[in-house]
Amino acid sequence: MMSNATGRITQGQFSFLPDLTDDEITLQIAYGLNKGYAWSIEYTDDPHPRNTYWEMYGMPMFDLADPAGVLMELNACRKTFPQHYIRMMAFDSTRGVETIAMSFIVNRPANEPGFGLVRQEVNGRSMQYTVHSYAADRPEGQRYGS
Amino acid sequence: MAAPSLYNLPGVTAVPAAPSLAGDAVQSAAGLAPEASAASVTVGQVLAQSQVEAVLDELDRDLVGLAPVKARIRDIAALLVIAKLREQFGLTVAKPSLHMCFSGNPGTGKTTVALRMAQILHRLGYVRKGHVVSVTRDDLVGQYIGHTAPKTKEVLKKAMGGVLFIDEAYYLYRPENERDYGQEAIEILLQVMENQRDDLVVILAGYKNRMDTFFQSNPGMSSRIAHHLDFPDYSEGELLQITDRMIDDMHYRFGEGAREAFADYLKLRLAQPHFANARSVRNALDRMRLRQASRLFADRDRVLTADDLSTLTPADIHASRLFATP
Repeated sequence: MMSNATGRITQGQFSFLPDLTDDEITLQIAYGLNKGYAWSIEYTDDPHPRNTYWEMYGMPMFDLADPAGVLMELNACRKTFPQHYIRMMAFDSTRGVETIAMSFIVNRPANEPGFGLVRQEVNGRSMQYTVHSYAADRPEGQRYGS
Repeated sequence: MAAPSLYNLPGVTAVPAAPSLAGDAVQSAAGLAPEASAASVTVGQVLAQSQVEAVLDELDRDLVGLAPVKARIRDIAALLVIAKLREQFGLTVAKPSLHMCFSGNPGTGKTTVALRMAQILHRLGYVRKGHVVSVTRDDLVGQYIGHTAPKTKEVLKKAMGGVLFIDEAYYLYRPENERDYGQEAIEILLQVMENQRDDLVVILAGYKNRMDTFFQSNPGMSSRIAHHLDFPDYSEGELLQITDRMIDDMHYRFGEGAREAFADYLKLRLAQPHFANARSVRNALDRMRLRQASRLFADRDRVLTADDLSTLTPADIHASRLFATP
């Protein structure tokens, strides 16, 4: 059975689409800014579905008027972590909402081996299942060949 | 970021439509719809579409004096309009460098003109948003190692799509302290000024002689700034005109003989050191309002009319310490 048919991790928005170009990313950022969201950039090399909190690249960017500033930060992050997963997050600070409103991956490693199924026998013949990232076997910073 | 063609989506062509969409958004944001601008070929039409004329007229009307500055701004606006026209004929235009330096004594209207400049650039579509982010050294330079770069970058990010106005820019460079972090901020600024000319216009402001020293020690900065605008001091007549406008805005008026008294006051004040042009006039007016208030306050039983409350008398002006000294 092929569990990683596309060889791509699908998390957040647009992840079933081909990678967004910088122009398309700019449009998404502009959309978020018009809604009053604060953009932030996060990266990781452990994209397990349950790994919710990625590392922050710099502070969340409040009070920005134009997408060029966010894109500048994104390009700086890409330069630092070319082989990591990088995602954009838009935070909606409306009182009572105060949550992430948009999130999409904007950078991914060239080769994504995906996840393997791990079986564990417990309590006699019961089985427990979990997923395990092939890349995560290697130490942090050396996954995905960077 | 190579996009592998993993999926065949209906209605998706090989070339994404996004860039042209982005272009449209920028153009219409500046009030220049692409179809309309393609048809127009006269200077007048571009001016009419972008409503730059209105801003220029407003500049003429609202700001007293400053003739060389106004002339220079008209020149810059003309250059930008012609560049727009050239674009329509497909003549290649290197995007004009728009970074500027405003030098002049305190209170000569540098900040006010910077705000107007942002409007003009926005209407002509040279900056996308037209907001002004006004900063000083404290906002750019950090206090310890590694603090400066994020601080400067944060300010730059906020200013993207608009105008970054750096007041007292010469403070960025402190030659007396060789471990000063100002140099780091200058380097980041230079890099962004060069690489992201489309996204940001930087205006430096400061006193003339100190800006000159600043540019001498930072030749890289000087060569990246195309427009150096000198703000002349106001003459006595211009200062009086400014006074009239300020007093109007405050809803006060000069009583009989008070305007002449104020002219006398200006003559004396001009001879004193640390005269800050329009700012000194504003401060003087504020002090005169104080004196008028305490004069009215002293007379408890008097019934005050609206006229009494808004009139400055010569006595309010003559109470200044300037008249006491000679």
